[in-house]
Amino acid sequence: MSDAPLLEAVGVSHTYAGGQVGCADVDFTLYPGEVLGIVGESGSGKSTLLSCLSGALPPSRGHVRFAVRGQGMQDVFQLSEPERRLLMRTDWGIVHQNPRDGLRMSVSAGGNVGERLMAVGARHYGDIRSEALDRLGRVEIDAERVDHLPRTFSGGMQQRTQIARILVSQPRLVFMDEPTGGLDVSVQARLLDLLRGLVRDLGVAAVVVTHDLAVVRLLSDRLMVMRQGRVVESGLTDQVLDDPQHPYSQLLVSSVLQA
Amino acid sequence: MTQELMLQVQDLSKTFTLHTQGGATLPVFDRVNLAVEAGRCIALTGASGAGKSTLLRSLYANYRPSSGQVLVRHRDAMIDLTGAEPRLQLEIRRETIGYVSQFLRVIPRIPAEEIVAEAAVAGGIDNAEALDAARALLQRLNLPERLWSVPPATFSGGEQQRVNIARGLIRAFPILLLDEPTASLDAENRNVAVALIMEAKAKGAAIVAICHDETVRAEIADAVFDVSAFQAAA
Repeated sequence: MSDAPLLEAVGVSHTYAGGQVGCADVDFTLYPGEVLGIVGESGSGKSTLLSCLSGALPPSRGHVRFAVRGQGMQDVFQLSEPERRLLMRTDWGIVHQNPRDGLRMSVSAGGNVGERLMAVGARHYGDIRSEALDRLGRVEIDAERVDHLPRTFSGGMQQRTQIARILVSQPRLVFMDEPTGGLDVSVQARLLDLLRGLVRDLGVAAVVVTHDLAVVRLLSDRLMVMRQGRVVESGLTDQVLDDPQHPYSQLLVSSVLQA
Repeated sequence: MTQELMLQVQDLSKTFTLHTQGGATLPVFDRVNLAVEAGRCIALTGASGAGKSTLLRSLYANYRPSSGQVLVRHRDAMIDLTGAEPRLQLEIRRETIGYVSQFLRVIPRIPAEEIVAEAAVAGGIDNAEALDAARALLQRLNLPERLWSVPPATFSGGEQQRVNIARGLIRAFPILLLDEPTASLDAENRNVAVALIMEAKAKGAAIVAICHDETVRAEIADAVFDVSAFQAAA
């Protein structure tokens, strides 16, 4: 309990041109190793919030602060462009909903992983290759597929390649946007197992945005429910799912089909 | 010798408000007071629907009480679980309160022995040692060895429950909450479960249990607590 926060959102709000509210007055503190789930229906502002948190979209109001190595809590949007890019290549990882946004489709799977290794200073080809092979192996990509282009992969394989690419830089914080969206159920289970191992074994902190309550039940320690850009309820994941207080959370939980 | 107070429930009330049913309110219990000392086991009684599970879940911060306090001894201080920050609630669950529910929430692709070991790893025991402890416990609960490396999704109710008991009892939690820990077990395994619960008690665990089986209740409980006496006025 003595360790310092990793990420802090203070009154984070974003209003789009035209007055459309993306997200409003979002506050939370994330500690190392913690997983925060954000749920809500389409248009509830969870993706806008994720963009603000991950440095992609400057909030109209409020602050996002991250514990930069050796520098303490820094406002993400006050960092210089090179500093922010370095952060994105090293301490942060973003698992995009569409793997095409997180991978270079014209570069081999091994190359995609190797590239991020080079960004953190690796230079020896043999080392990079063996590390890439190892990383891809851990996400269950066969060695014989390492030189293939990700566009020849299935959706699930692309998603796993994206994760391997992120993990090589040993990030401290991973943002996930609908990580299991668009995948078959059997493929989802495999991916969830992988993501779960990642947060449990590597102690990576994560912010997971999804509309799938089963995903947050499995992955996240804490949960925020968003509606119309605002957080309507937050708490321990099982608390919010088993004893939801807000009318919207109750509706959300009661709308899920029991398999 | 008076034993140390581990859990103290003060004026705890719970009412559900069902917004999807036009805001109907469902009062469950009103101003419950209960204290449990180290090494003692209190069995919750009361007819089905009296609120035994709701009370037990409130003691784990799974349900949010409407008012009142749940004080737990955590790191040598009495802390109100209901008002604690989520981060502290998680820490209390990791270190202080163990919970054995009636049903195992299975995780796809994770073998039974790892589900059990994981609970020990979360408490800071290293992987290999945790796995050894998990196997020893599953052995004691007579779960066939061929099932240890299988994810429990396909297990029978009794097999799943044994995984659940092993998971909850692998560590010496200072406070244990048990919701029908022996409901789907045969006589032999029920005896093993009772022995494990008695060992936890001997090590000083303060236990609150729901258990319909009167024989088991008589064996493990030092006192009964009738939840229906706190029925809220509807």
